[in-house]
Amino acid sequence: MTTDILPAKVKRGDASDGGASLGSRLSRIDGPAKITGAARYALEHHPEGLCHAVIVQSTIGAGRIGVIDTAAADAAPGVLMVLTPDRIMPLKSATTWLDTPGPDGPYLPLTNMINFVGQHVAAVVAETFEQATAAAALIKIYYEETDAIATYDDPRSGEGMALDHLAVSWGEAEEALAEAPVRIEATYRTPREYNVPIEPHGLVAQWNGDKLTVWEPSQWINGMSRTYAEWFGVPYENVRLVSPFIGGGFGSKAFALAHGAIAACAAKMLDRPVKLALTRPQTFTAFGGRPATRQTLRLGATEEGRLVSIVQTGANETSRDGVWGEPLASVTALMYATPHLAARQTVVPVNTVLPSALRAPGENPSAFGIECAIDELSYEVGIDPVAIRLLNYAEEDPHAKKPWSTRQLREAYEAGAKAFGWEKRTSEPRSMRDGHHLIGWGVAAGTYPVRRTAGEAMVRLFADGRAEVASSGIDMGQGTYTILAQTAADAIGLPVDQVEVKLGDSALPGAPVAGGSQLANLMTGAVHKAALAARDELIGLAIGDPNSPFRALQANTLSVADGVISSPRGGEEVSIAELMHRLGRDKIEVLRDTLPETNNSAAEKHRTYTTITRMRSPTEGDYSLHAWCVHFIEVRVDEDFGTVRVSRVVSALDSGRLYNPKLAESQWKGGIIMGIGQALLEEGLVDRRKGRVINNNLGDYLIATNADIPDIEVISVGVPDFHASVLGGKAVGELGIVGVAPAIANAVYHATGKRIRDLPITLEKLIE
Amino acid sequence: MRDFDYARPASLAEARRFAAEPDAMLLAGGTTLLDLAKCGVAAPAKVIDITHLEGLDMITFGAAGVHIGALAKMSHVAADAVIRENFPAVSEALWQAASAQLRNMATIGGNLLQRTRCAYFRDPLAFPACNKRDPGSGCAALGGVTRNHAVLGTSKVCIAANPGDLAVALTAFDAVVHLGERRIAVDDFFLLPGMTPEREHALEPGEVITAVTIPASVPARRSTYLKVRDRQSYEFAAASAAVGIELEPDGKTIRDLRVALGGVATKPWRARDVEKALIGKLLEPKAVREASLLAMTGALAQGDNHYKIDLAPRVVTRAILKVGGLA
Ligand SMILES: Cc1cc2nc3c(=O)[nH]c(=O)nc-3n(C[C@H](O)[C@H](O)[C@H](O)COP(=O)(O)OP(=O)(O)OC[C@H]3O[C@@H](n4cnc5c(N)ncnc54)[C@H](O)[C@@H]3O)c2cc1C
Ligand code: SF4
Repeated sequence: MTTDILPAKVKRGDASDGGASLGSRLSRIDGPAKITGAARYALEHHPEGLCHAVIVQSTIGAGRIGVIDTAAADAAPGVLMVLTPDRIMPLKSATTWLDTPGPDGPYLPLTNMINFVGQHVAAVVAETFEQATAAAALIKIYYEETDAIATYDDPRSGEGMALDHLAVSWGEAEEALAEAPVRIEATYRTPREYNVPIEPHGLVAQWNGDKLTVWEPSQWINGMSRTYAEWFGVPYENVRLVSPFIGGGFGSKAFALAHGAIAACAAKMLDRPVKLALTRPQTFTAFGGRPATRQTLRLGATEEGRLVSIVQTGANETSRDGVWGEPLASVTALMYATPHLAARQTVVPVNTVLPSALRAPGENPSAFGIECAIDELSYEVGIDPVAIRLLNYAEEDPHAKKPWSTRQLREAYEAGAKAFGWEKRTSEPRSMRDGHHLIGWGVAAGTYPVRRTAGEAMVRLFADGRAEVASSGIDMGQGTYTILAQTAADAIGLPVDQVEVKLGDSALPGAPVAGGSQLANLMTGAVHKAALAARDELIGLAIGDPNSPFRALQANTLSVADGVISSPRGGEEVSIAELMHRLGRDKIEVLRDTLPETNNSAAEKHRTYTTITRMRSPTEGDYSLHAWCVHFIEVRVDEDFGTVRVSRVVSALDSGRLYNPKLAESQWKGGIIMGIGQALLEEGLVDRRKGRVINNNLGDYLIATNADIPDIEVISVGVPDFHASVLGGKAVGELGIVGVAPAIANAVYHATGKRIRDLPITLEKLIE
Repeated sequence: MRDFDYARPASLAEARRFAAEPDAMLLAGGTTLLDLAKCGVAAPAKVIDITHLEGLDMITFGAAGVHIGALAKMSHVAADAVIRENFPAVSEALWQAASAQLRNMATIGGNLLQRTRCAYFRDPLAFPACNKRDPGSGCAALGGVTRNHAVLGTSKVCIAANPGDLAVALTAFDAVVHLGERRIAVDDFFLLPGMTPEREHALEPGEVITAVTIPASVPARRSTYLKVRDRQSYEFAAASAAVGIELEPDGKTIRDLRVALGGVATKPWRARDVEKALIGKLLEPKAVREASLLAMTGALAQGDNHYKIDLAPRVVTRAILKVGGLA
């Protein structure tokens, strides 16, 4: 069941009231195509002459390749080519997503130097997938193996490197802590977690002269196109990346990866289209998931529970060949008002693939730390876990010292606690039970920043009165197609089913990464602008064109609603199609972007859509912009078995204005479900000797099933926030997962009296 | 995956003939075989598809018990009304196994021959040492991640757990595996690893499982299968117990008891010590709890799986109390 705190019909008298469509619970317009199978995903493309590539990965954790013997594979039936580090064509190093030059020297998607088990070392291309697979098994590799450091628990991994840009401090944190009357200290750990989208990674690559077409699931059409173009030294425009449908990404489909380079190389070298699909086990090492993290938090407080100091030291694993910092202070330094804070963090290189983004990188593990620690403090000082959070409520951004644009977090506590029935909670751990089950109620808050990059959209009005919206921005299930249709429909004055949306193609107008939960806000902004301009152009023609029926009216404006143009002065009503016909126009076409008025050269545009350097931080400007949430969770823990079941979830969330509540709720719930899996199940099990993630398949890497998920009630407490975005929305997609794991850990403590500080909370941790 | 011949024998006799060829493997539901072929563990030279053979998927019930054809699907057997009434533990073991999709494909014969989930066994390229896969090569699991490995029935050369659920229930109720004419008690069908972990069962080359029979009994009628795991569905057991009970007419004294364990041992594990300790005793929680500890006699932890030694007796206790009406 879902409760809307603010009934949908309440008009606020601002743009958030929207028109007929925006803000309504329209179902996903891409749904029917997906359900009927009409939607074609990347790997369902079969251009003429398609051949198949299969990747071979290293089986050692560190060292180098001595010899690769490909003789048997070369001679195997159907084999067109065997690629090895020595045989693959050299590629150029590509600019990074931070717009910095790539590493010196050529880019090597296959290498002789082994930094982790599961690194790509060879590939076989054959007429059929089966032939390529069979031949790949015939490749013999002789390694010179050295010791691998599997995890940061291996003492040889050392303390790691400090990441100064992630350090935060204000006040005199250590001193204040030393003087605080109440102090707690605890270390929290999260394991390696993997994105495991149900559509595995892969692509079809095809060259036509020096033009490359890639069908590949992508969260960042423009960024990935740029990488492909730079690798091959062709103009950006020569790469066409097509990704209209994506079977989930969760952060893992934002970058062009080595397997993509290998497929494109093979296609080039053979001059034939090549399909390459990673196997599920290969997806565990072809790109990284969320790194393992650990953080020690020391909180100092008054006896009443008011925070005086927070000191955090954190670390996350990274690879030996790159740095991925998982910002562990991102929630610590934001959630509570504390006069003193110091947070610093290191990264510890181990023999693994470079970790990467997984839903709410940073905020997710950061919230696990601080939201468990504040709970521990609440027991230490003997006050209710909600009360301690309100006691330490940050009235402004404690770090940036700026006012919040909007922060409906108090409202979230109130609405969530009420719907959950929090006041009935008995505070003692182990005080609630039902037969063999110990029952626990836990709470935790979460937050996600509002990130802002400019975007671009084309809006076309056709002679038949229909409209089209086009952008290279993508829809991986969040609902971009739907909300952009709603946005355009309202801005133009059309029924939503008269709007067609085209997405996910580099031939379309530019868009930055669909990451950081920014796409909905920036694309509705761009589409709104373009659609209004199209409508203005239409009205301009209607008023000014000699063939227009409205010409005689001498009106200075007209209104458009439901596809019909009318004058406030009355008179004839004419459909858009009719008007276009009378004007003899076949279309009106408007391209708009939301780049700043100045500094919007072609180069700047390119940088905006292909790097993240033009993404504005949540504190750029006068306000601090963030979305907020609170999760109230009930668990039932079998006292004898240690099994934890989540039996109830009530979450209240502030994502600002919801463009489509049904889709936003679905995103929130998806995040909450993922959070339940993270809290109880997900963990890459690393072999201590080799660094191999041994549960590299969906049978053994456990994500939540339907049976693990209870009814989830989500409550929207947001209000339109026009500092955050043009149409008033804040972050949605990554918000829901933040705070779920600590709420569950806190509930488990309330149920059992046992603090589990390392995820996942598996049964042995509760019975051993 | 290597190339293989595909054969569709016209009869059981022909299937047996093919099955006697070196490197030949039968194909039933394929949910184990294909999986293992993809990860490079199974490399049959010939795959013998028996799914179309007639008459091997019947479930028939007589005074002596039930006869389940080897090709009966897991989902059919689980849903069968007669099974549910007379052998609830069997139905429950099947319902809680794998996923709906797998149960709809997988067969009873294939289920008995599913192989261990030891991750090292399933990853030959990264972990060449596996005595089960390649006798004498060593055991990569020792010193590795052993959370799901066995604590009972292990040997120096292999500690892999038998992961199946159904076989645990069959073991508790003295089922018999039919290999055509030859019959073998299910407890004898499964072998301990000893020094030959590659031999997991008593099937000889050329033999085909044709059926499983389970004798009717009071404990089988009053039985349950309790499976404990972190995920609520689609996960193998951390520990499980198939338990059946018969009480004296006084309703308090245990006349007969069957206990078998899953998820903790190298083969489906009959816990006869627990049975002996409780038969003739009053059914009450303390006695059950104490007796259940006997299930772990001889248990040996290997690193990460110590919790199973604590967990399994609790599962046994709960299951006994549950069928006894006390939990
Ligand atoms: C992801 C996953 C999760 C699973 N979870 C569980 C679980 O929780 N609990 C559980 O119990 N099981 C579980 N299973 C195992 C599943 O139950 C088995 O794979 C299935 O029962 C095998 O039956 P099949 O008919 O598909 O066998 P097949 O794959 O066809 O055959 C398996 C083996 O038996 C041989 N064989 C088949 N039929 C005969 C016969 N009649 N005579 C002689 N030999 C034969 C084959 O040659 C092969 O070696 C899981 C499997 C997977 C893949
Ligand atoms: S436990 Fe057994 S199956 Fe696993 S690696 Fe060792 S020998 Fe192989």
